[in-house]
Amino acid sequence: MQLTVNGTTRDVDVDADTPLLWVIREELGLTGTKYGCGVAQCGACTVLVDGIPTRSCVTPADSVTGTEISTIEAVRETEVGKRVVEAWVENQVPQCGYCQSGQVLTAAALLTETPQPSDDDIEGAMINLCRCGTYNKIRAAVRGAAEG
Amino acid sequence: MGIMQKLTRQPVNVSRRGFLTGTGALVLATALPARRSRAQEAAGEAEPPAVPAFLELRSDGTALFRSPFIEGGQGIFSALPQIVGEELDLHPELFTVESAPPGAPFDIMGGFRFTGGSSSVRSSYPLMRQLGATARAMLIEAAAQQWGVDAADLTTEPGKVVNPESGESLGYGELAGAAMDLPVPADVPLRDPSTFRWIRQPLPRYDVHDKSTGRANYAIDASVEGMLLAAVQHAPRLGLAPVSVTNRAEIEGMRGVHSVHLLPGAVAVVADKFWQARKAVEAAEVEWGPGEASWPMPEDFSSQGFRDTLANADGEVIEIEAQGDAAGTLAGAETVLEAEYDAPFLVHGQLEPPSTIARFNDDGTLDLWLPNQAPEMFQGAAAEVAGIAAENIRIHSQILGGFFGRHFLYETANPYPQAILLAKAVGRPVKVQWTREEEFLRDAVRPMGFARFRGAVSAEGPTALSVEVVGEGPTGRWYKAPAGQDPSATEGISGKTYAIANRHIGQIYVPNPAVIGYWRAVGHSMHDFMYESFLDELAGAADLDPFEMRRGLLSDSERHRTLLETVGTLSGGWKPGVYEAEDGSQRARGVAMASPFGSEVAVIAEVSIDGGEVAVHQVWVAIDPGQIVNPATIEAQVQSAVALGVSQTLMEELVYENGEPTARNFDYYPFLRPDQMPQVHVEIVESGAKMGGIGEPGLPAVGPAIVNAVAVLTGQRIRSLPLSKHDFG
Repeated sequence: MQLTVNGTTRDVDVDADTPLLWVIREELGLTGTKYGCGVAQCGACTVLVDGIPTRSCVTPADSVTGTEISTIEAVRETEVGKRVVEAWVENQVPQCGYCQSGQVLTAAALLTETPQPSDDDIEGAMINLCRCGTYNKIRAAVRGAAEG
Repeated sequence: MGIMQKLTRQPVNVSRRGFLTGTGALVLATALPARRSRAQEAAGEAEPPAVPAFLELRSDGTALFRSPFIEGGQGIFSALPQIVGEELDLHPELFTVESAPPGAPFDIMGGFRFTGGSSSVRSSYPLMRQLGATARAMLIEAAAQQWGVDAADLTTEPGKVVNPESGESLGYGELAGAAMDLPVPADVPLRDPSTFRWIRQPLPRYDVHDKSTGRANYAIDASVEGMLLAAVQHAPRLGLAPVSVTNRAEIEGMRGVHSVHLLPGAVAVVADKFWQARKAVEAAEVEWGPGEASWPMPEDFSSQGFRDTLANADGEVIEIEAQGDAAGTLAGAETVLEAEYDAPFLVHGQLEPPSTIARFNDDGTLDLWLPNQAPEMFQGAAAEVAGIAAENIRIHSQILGGFFGRHFLYETANPYPQAILLAKAVGRPVKVQWTREEEFLRDAVRPMGFARFRGAVSAEGPTALSVEVVGEGPTGRWYKAPAGQDPSATEGISGKTYAIANRHIGQIYVPNPAVIGYWRAVGHSMHDFMYESFLDELAGAADLDPFEMRRGLLSDSERHRTLLETVGTLSGGWKPGVYEAEDGSQRARGVAMASPFGSEVAVIAEVSIDGGEVAVHQVWVAIDPGQIVNPATIEAQVQSAVALGVSQTLMEELVYENGEPTARNFDYYPFLRPDQMPQVHVEIVESGAKMGGIGEPGLPAVGPAIVNAVAVLTGQRIRSLPLSKHDFG
């Protein structure tokens, strides 16, 4: 099947039900997208499918052919993505960092859709888990990126 | 685990050791003074032992630093350059930091080291300063020789030696070559802390950009040429072994599958790709039979049953602490309270599931890429599995996707033995990747805790306290600390600072059938909840305010009283009783203190009840680690410890039934969500006392502060965590 990831269309030879996560990590070698739980609980595997945050660990590869898939490796290719990364650095968000690819992409999607999100918007969108508990800094960074 | 505060090593110059000839770098290692002189006598020469570099100052003016401690989110890769750079006078951002390999010169805790016990900075602070100061002195000496002046007349500015007289300067990079042949000066004086440029400043961390753009690589991201991927299915209980895979032919025929293997306590499938291996191993129909295990899990084990076992334990009470006459005072007291407290098993839940790559090389050596908190220990254990000498094993320690105590060496809890056995069997490098479900089955869990309290209280405060702590601690399990000498089994009930005149703290040792491990704040993670909650019970029985009663119990300790008052002020003044918040909700606050890992902490938490569940709105933390290196890191670590403290108090519990955990993933083992995170306010008090830890101390007092607040608000005294088990409707 063909998948379009970060603007490049690639042929991948995998079983149709292979989760997008493992296609991205193993077939395309993009390891910024992380495996955390495999059951759509934590969000470490978040990628954007046509701009929408998607848990790639439970997304069969053949369900996203013909879409535009965007991973953390391409986050700085949009103005909003750049701003989010800058806000993440400015606010010193990451600790272990393992969940942050998913957090950054989720924030970028939120701010693309809603440039000036309310607190409720942020709470509704930023639902990925972080075991290091960086939640307060994530909130501050999203607000910071929105103001920028 | 003990902390080595004394300086066990000192800097040595290894610039001319073969492997770096021609690089023009000043290379410092460290050596144990005694061992060095023996080595010198034996070798009959003055060359330092052949050891890898600790600190390399390169000709481009940058530095490579090999960290004895592993980075897992706590910021150690940024803190150490901050300390070394301070004394060296080189900006910390000019350091590249790598995880050091096992062995000398990095075994700075006395022949070993580990990353844990909130001990990295405090155990290495003197040595790291000495290392930086020594390098600086050598660079000054090199400049002095070049200019033909006295070294005492020279000084440094960041990255360069300066002659204040002439205004001349030479960059460190230009001097690195000349400094290579200089002797290491002894006893270089350290900077006066009042002149610190970077230590005590909130410098940024140097890994946040990579971690915000997906470029940080963890063990799970490592790969080597020609490797195969393996997934495992663990026996449902330790003590079972695979007898056969009844549909083996079918599994072997699945796409990408290389081979199927029966391992100790597990079945593995090796395939071209991980997802192929996982799909195949999940489809494997395994017949399990009796097998070997150091801690076989009983078929009928349940957490409820084990709680009863702990509650009914009546074995020998081994004395941990005793003062005055607790028994006599309790016998004669008018008001005596008794209570039993328990806390559940917990998983670490670090977001990166464990993995290991094993690669045997043609020269008989073995390379391992793996998450770990103790490289020497893993090297030794891997040698036994591989059947080769430890020095023939290279440990490539990766940054950790969270750890919280998960990556110590726990028998059966680490994937490296499987990777070694599989690499041997297939003759190719193999990466074993555990799924979250297999991780839940083999995590070394926070032990269930139990304690029995008896206390007497008068109108002036508690007069006697007697506690029996029941169970087993991880230090007893893994480092053979006998009951009575295992702090991890009682800390948080032992080691408290309150001046209760008559007290007796004892341990009843009851072995735990589960594989137990260190979990952030270890024994403190549950015992402070028990003790500080019971303290509030005593206050309630005597109609005393819990904040004021604590202040009274700390009248002899200015340090603790200051901390308690600081958190009170930080929260806007201690607020007893129930009050209405701006949003109309009824709220209450609780207070608690803890003395974990060499630091002192006081916490106030504010809660309400929302839909029958506890909501935590605010947590105020005053923390006194004695002396500090980076206030921003401290604030971040306290935020993190509070999050885990709130999480375990509100909702975390690993339940066993029929010898198995009922949860195998985060769906049935939820932890703190973003919308449940309280606001956290941190104040650092730098009392000047001996430097304490930072990674764990923020956690222990959070739970009891919440539980005490809940008692004020609802009248319900919760003695069994988590709160989600209880109905507050």
